[in-house]
Amino acid sequence: MQRIGVFVCHCGTNIAATVDVKKVVEMAAKEPGVVHAEDYQYMCSEAGQAKIINAIHEKNLTGIVVCSCSPRMHEATFRKAAAKAGLNPYMVEIANIREHCSWIHKDMEEATLKAVILARAAIAKVNLDAPLQPGESLVTKRALVIGGGIAGIQSALDIAEAGYEVDIVEKLPSIGGRMSQLDKTFPTLDCSACILTPKMVEAAAHEKINIYTYSEVEKVSGFVGDFTVDIRKKARSVDMSKCTGCGVCSEKCPSKKNANEFNRGLNNRSAIYIPFAQAIPNVPVIDRENCIKFKTGKCGACSKVCAAGAIDYEQKDEIVTQKYGAIVVATGFDVIPLDKYDEYAYSQSKDVITSLELERIMNAAGPTKGHLERLSDGKAPKNIVFVQCVGSRCSDERGKSYCSKICCMYTAKHAMLIRDKYPDTNVTVFYIDVRTPGKNFDEFYRRAVEDYGVNYVKGQVGKVIPQPDGTLMVQASDLLENKQIHMEADMVVLAAAIEPNKDVRKIATMLTASIDTNNFLTEAHAKLRPVESPTAGIFLSGVCQGPKDIPETVAQAGAAAVKAIGLLAKDKLTTNPCTAHSDELLCNGCSQCANVCPYGAISYEEKQVNDHGIRETRRIAVVNNALCQGCGACTVTCPSGAMDLQGFSNRQILAEVDAICR
Amino acid sequence: MQELITRAKELLADGTVVRVLGWKAGDLSYNPEAAYFETAESLDEFVYNGFCGQNLSKMMIEASKLEGKTLVCLKPCDTYSFNQLIKEHRVDREKAYIIGVGCKGKLNVEKLREMGIKGIKSISGAELTDACEELHISTIYGDKTVAYKEAMLERCHVCKGKEHMIYDEIIGESKDTKDADRFAEVEKIEKMSPEERFAFFQKELSKCIRCNACRNACPACSCRKCVFDSTKFDSAQKANVDSFEEKMFHIIRAFHVAGRCTDCGECSRVCPQGIPLHLFNRKFIKDIDTFYGEYQAGADDQSKGPLTSFTFDDVEPGVVAERG
Repeated sequence: MQRIGVFVCHCGTNIAATVDVKKVVEMAAKEPGVVHAEDYQYMCSEAGQAKIINAIHEKNLTGIVVCSCSPRMHEATFRKAAAKAGLNPYMVEIANIREHCSWIHKDMEEATLKAVILARAAIAKVNLDAPLQPGESLVTKRALVIGGGIAGIQSALDIAEAGYEVDIVEKLPSIGGRMSQLDKTFPTLDCSACILTPKMVEAAAHEKINIYTYSEVEKVSGFVGDFTVDIRKKARSVDMSKCTGCGVCSEKCPSKKNANEFNRGLNNRSAIYIPFAQAIPNVPVIDRENCIKFKTGKCGACSKVCAAGAIDYEQKDEIVTQKYGAIVVATGFDVIPLDKYDEYAYSQSKDVITSLELERIMNAAGPTKGHLERLSDGKAPKNIVFVQCVGSRCSDERGKSYCSKICCMYTAKHAMLIRDKYPDTNVTVFYIDVRTPGKNFDEFYRRAVEDYGVNYVKGQVGKVIPQPDGTLMVQASDLLENKQIHMEADMVVLAAAIEPNKDVRKIATMLTASIDTNNFLTEAHAKLRPVESPTAGIFLSGVCQGPKDIPETVAQAGAAAVKAIGLLAKDKLTTNPCTAHSDELLCNGCSQCANVCPYGAISYEEKQVNDHGIRETRRIAVVNNALCQGCGACTVTCPSGAMDLQGFSNRQILAEVDAICR
Repeated sequence: MQELITRAKELLADGTVVRVLGWKAGDLSYNPEAAYFETAESLDEFVYNGFCGQNLSKMMIEASKLEGKTLVCLKPCDTYSFNQLIKEHRVDREKAYIIGVGCKGKLNVEKLREMGIKGIKSISGAELTDACEELHISTIYGDKTVAYKEAMLERCHVCKGKEHMIYDEIIGESKDTKDADRFAEVEKIEKMSPEERFAFFQKELSKCIRCNACRNACPACSCRKCVFDSTKFDSAQKANVDSFEEKMFHIIRAFHVAGRCTDCGECSRVCPQGIPLHLFNRKFIKDIDTFYGEYQAGADDQSKGPLTSFTFDDVEPGVVAERG
């Protein structure tokens, strides 16, 4: 029998205002094995911890229950305190009577009863606890950055500057990401390419940075400090070591009518192409779906004109396997598809465009060489309407519930730039709210209104109707004047919501990193650990974690890099002793546990067993404790109950359930 | 049957196998039982007819541990169970010589009793060489003739087909006897209100006497030590103390075989209380088909089951939860 001490925390009034802590102490004291119970205002304070240490010494405690906040907050604190008093730290259990109880209940009587029950369950578990010893694992001094946009580039640069090797894996043929598609940036209006290109060049030239473009992460195994990653280098069909980037192949390519992804499909590119002028690497790629050689076997024009002999139609995808200590996710975003927003006539008229398309139109390297013109007839638009919050802050299922955060500012930027370059153009912005929290943001917006005469109307656009004469009829409401507006426009620009890159689900699953309902990666703690995933060794950089602008992205990318560096700087990590093990007399050797194990930690061996006198060779599951992360998937899959988790054994969990149901 | 015996004798004689796992006559003509035959002479007692419903796959777990190969007679549907056992490393393919025996549907003597046929002396028309369209029953009250289909086991009305999934050779002709929708009963239960459904299972499961026949017959219930027998889980050797426990036994069993059950129907066939236990398993199969795409356990001996594999196309847990 254990000698258990129960410590009930008031957490100021966080717990004590809703839970009668004295009552919890009184009830806990009656539980089997409990020899000491007390309460204190702040159990996590020095004085609180001292109470625990003293009680361990005075009462010879063998196990401890702390009724306090979530174990995510202070489990480590109390384990350290117990260890200081000479108790095995894994003999400490937390009953979460704050997040799971006092914070979510109002009725004192009910909350107190629940707190007593939670304490009872933790006591039942401690009764079956056994001391555990953690092991050690080595740290691979190399980081992987998934995504080569500004977030990924910044994280990679910072990690490399600290002296660690970094690999960037970028899905597209060039690094640069979304920022490379932007024309100007708010609130300074400096040219996006002018500030991004030096960063791209710096990353490419850095001796510690290795860039895999046109590549994807295919498989991730292992754990913090020791990840093994398979990277698929897709066949470029061009030998990177030979190509000089002269571009003759693209000029001579006869397949020219392929949508140019970089320009959001607003113009065409050849089948062999370099996505944009500043691309890194400056090496073309053959789009095999549209290449005549790949489609029909005839052509080979690019190969004929290539003086370097770099074209290689036989090139195959290559898998690179590499070990990493830390992984930074910087997968970025895309704008939402607008097929559910038919009222804005996006699919019906070429002159209804998204803001990102406008970026390309405004850019000198874009489809119109930077001239603001209607894509339908090439005429200069006289009246432009901007529609804010298309799919953002949306209450129905068509759009996103969140604010995309960047749209208010880039719309002010677009409006201002248009009024500056084409002063005879009327610009009207329809908005729900104009949100400008950020350094120099509100000043920027006010300049658009006050200095540039942009017409801001509070209200939403209900419908855009293409007219036979080519103009667009915009129906909207003006909420301040309380009237309906019908106005003619030559161009309508939609501030479409942004959403995480669609590949993020796949990547999150491979990394076992959690994502929220909007597919943004979840941080370990919303306030205190904003750049770490709850999965150890995975760090979050840029919009994959939530909407943000460029400075915020760069700041977060640096923060994620620092966290990764902190990990890589360690030589060894303490491993979690709460791992699975299999009872060889119960194991059927059926392989179901190995099938479900996400870490590949289970293998089988033919083992001689003595099952109560029956000696035979059996196929038995064996867990590699270095790989096991203690997720417990095997324990619930095992039909005979042979698999069990140290620190969370089946019996302990059932004992908790029994204690709750008593 | 003679062809089967002759071939078995040959394989015993040339040393390919050292024993034959089949059926011999039981105390009653309609009640043959599983048996091992190790000599040519003993094979004269070998029996195979429409009453040989027992799935012999599970017996190969123990037979795999014996010296030498065992000739095992498997009907088309039994081969699914055998495949599943290979997949779970419970039987050794190298230790088995599989004769895929023909099957034209297996019979349930209870069906005859339900028709009021009593005092059965003998039954003819159930040999594999027969057309298996009619049964001629000789009783102490006179002779009766019934349609073969009327006396078939429930599982044969939802026959998985006449193909053997794994075999070394095939002897005898098979017939697909499917004439009913496999999930019709499950759908009926799904349409019940929660109260009706509870009452239905309460009524059925309260008949359970915990004889463990279902567990012992089930090829998926092949744990070396069942959780209900293990001292590790405080659930060993418990009789049904209350109605909750008798339900839990069957529900836990259904969970343990979910995704692995081939729907062989042995549980319901052997239940002395006539509980339609296969309905639990079918509900799981139906849900798995809906959520993860159609899957037949034991159709092969390699694939990971839908509940022990993950694909990016898997349905979200929330969708499963909503369905209840």
